[in-house]
Amino acid sequence: MTDTTAEQTNTPESSSGMQRFFKSFGLLRESWVGMIGLFLVLFWVSIAIFVDLLPLQDPLAQTRGVINFPMLSEDKHGVMHWMGTDDRGRDLLARLLHGSRVVLFWSTLATIVAYTVGMIMGVTAGYRGGWWDEIISFFGNVLLSFPQIVLLLVILTAFGPNSNIGIWMNSTLGLDKTIVSGALIIVAITFSTAPQVARIVRGIVLDLKTRDYIAAAEVRGEGPLWIMLVELLPNARGPLIVDACLRLGYVIITIALLGFLSLGLPPPDPDWGKMISDGRQWGYNGLNMMLWPALAISSLVLGLNLLADGLREISLRD
Amino acid sequence: MLQLAGKRLVQMALIMATVSLLLFLAFEADKYSLAGKVLGQYSSQDQRLLWLEQNGYNAPFVQRYFTWIFNAARGDFGESVQFATPVSKLLKTHLLNTAVLGGLVFAITVSIALVLGVLSGIAEGSPRDRSITVLSVITTSVPEFASATILVAIFVFWLDILPGTSPFSNGLVWADANQLVLPVMVLVIYNFGYYTRMTRASMAEVMTSQYVRTAILKGLPYKRVIMRHALRNALIAPFTVMILQLNYLLSGVIVTEVFFSYKGFGKLLYEAALYGDIFVIEACAMVAVFIAVFSQFVSDIGYTLLNPRIRFS
Repeated sequence: MTDTTAEQTNTPESSSGMQRFFKSFGLLRESWVGMIGLFLVLFWVSIAIFVDLLPLQDPLAQTRGVINFPMLSEDKHGVMHWMGTDDRGRDLLARLLHGSRVVLFWSTLATIVAYTVGMIMGVTAGYRGGWWDEIISFFGNVLLSFPQIVLLLVILTAFGPNSNIGIWMNSTLGLDKTIVSGALIIVAITFSTAPQVARIVRGIVLDLKTRDYIAAAEVRGEGPLWIMLVELLPNARGPLIVDACLRLGYVIITIALLGFLSLGLPPPDPDWGKMISDGRQWGYNGLNMMLWPALAISSLVLGLNLLADGLREISLRD
Repeated sequence: MLQLAGKRLVQMALIMATVSLLLFLAFEADKYSLAGKVLGQYSSQDQRLLWLEQNGYNAPFVQRYFTWIFNAARGDFGESVQFATPVSKLLKTHLLNTAVLGGLVFAITVSIALVLGVLSGIAEGSPRDRSITVLSVITTSVPEFASATILVAIFVFWLDILPGTSPFSNGLVWADANQLVLPVMVLVIYNFGYYTRMTRASMAEVMTSQYVRTAILKGLPYKRVIMRHALRNALIAPFTVMILQLNYLLSGVIVTEVFFSYKGFGKLLYEAALYGDIFVIEACAMVAVFIAVFSQFVSDIGYTLLNPRIRFS
């Protein structure tokens, strides 16, 4: 998507494409809802990028005798734990902020993969039509007829990190456990998300296909691949940007949810969903440990949803 | 009408057939690994081969698939490895529990969403509309396990008025009804936002339509225009979408059941997935897909029946 817009900027007559894109973000100032969303998202993104520069404890260092401390407590070594500690004596603030990097990295990657697959499916189904459309739409419907979590559970049980495939990737290919889990999670999320994206893209493409500039491109003798990637997709970007914001929010929820269901990334890396499920075993003593990640994930997803809402409001205005 | 229903039924059957084939391929294509899962990882090679022989797994794949699908259609999904009881028996009790939870949630969510959606759709762009929209964005941003955490903190540990888990160890009895409050609350909070926005969009669209304008211009009382002219038409689209959303509701129900240890369909599936209880996973997935496809069918037919423009065309 980004490279196709970049392609557009090369030609002189549409050089304002990128500028218009940024201008639309400038318009966001008119929507206070969108501004709050943008602020929340930028807050977490900058934390995720610059977390190493912050004066934090080691998120993986376990301290003995400092288990399940409440917030604002100081341990016997004189170390201040602003948010308290978890059930292994690790500093919660450090884990929470480092967790944003884990969550944002894997969810962004998963969204990009799922979006790419979904856009290719959607634009092929919409532009090619006929049997292409029938087959792609049918498989989309098959995948969409699973409740999302059922599909994820099925895929991760049959092909997850503990299945033959996961073990093969880990031992034969020599991949790191985190990478194996992450890759399989991305595949699972792609299966559940790409059909939804494809459905939206297909709808837009069916509408765009009848426009004059597509007919002109066909007359010019442009190939179907070129038309799909260069003529259709960039012109479908408006609604897709809004949808991508929402979709990223859902993917973040899904990844945290998999962590919560202990099907996510392996320990000890901080994962917000896993932090909640770890705290759950401790009842009242684990409450402090559960509340922070719950608030963190809610604020991040809320930011994305508000941002999408603001963007939609602006795109409807003109 | 009948033609549409028939067409949809064929589509439904095709999807179910594909799903069953995919599930069978995913879980039972490798029969040796299946035997290992069923008999446990410490079973000997001879035991596994004997088990495969006794249960007819040496037959060709296609024959195995058709035996399986035929049994599944009769409700026989084999025996759970984890509980050593027939899967159908497990499914029955757990599905009933989930139906209670899901039904309550659906009824409450729909009532709240219809009221809020109509209230905000009548006056698009008003402060009331804006605040309802923002409220529904906020509540849909908090995933179930996060809102469950926050609600448990408030109602269980701080106010101490509700139980934090819902195991219903004495069965679904009225005396334990307070165990249902938190799961229902969590699911309603997460789901009502989307329903509200659907209702709002539909209501707002109807309010700008020409027949509503005509009704207002010919001097009908505003209340009557809303109740008789706008509302009935505005509710068609959200009604069908809400039924379509049962699929998503089921996803949320699974998480909530796991969080509150509620003995429902979702918890059964989740525990089976962790344990590797293949036959339970297969059965649960088939049931879930059936519910989804069937609700889609009901939604399509409902839309046609409710919308006179389609019904009489």
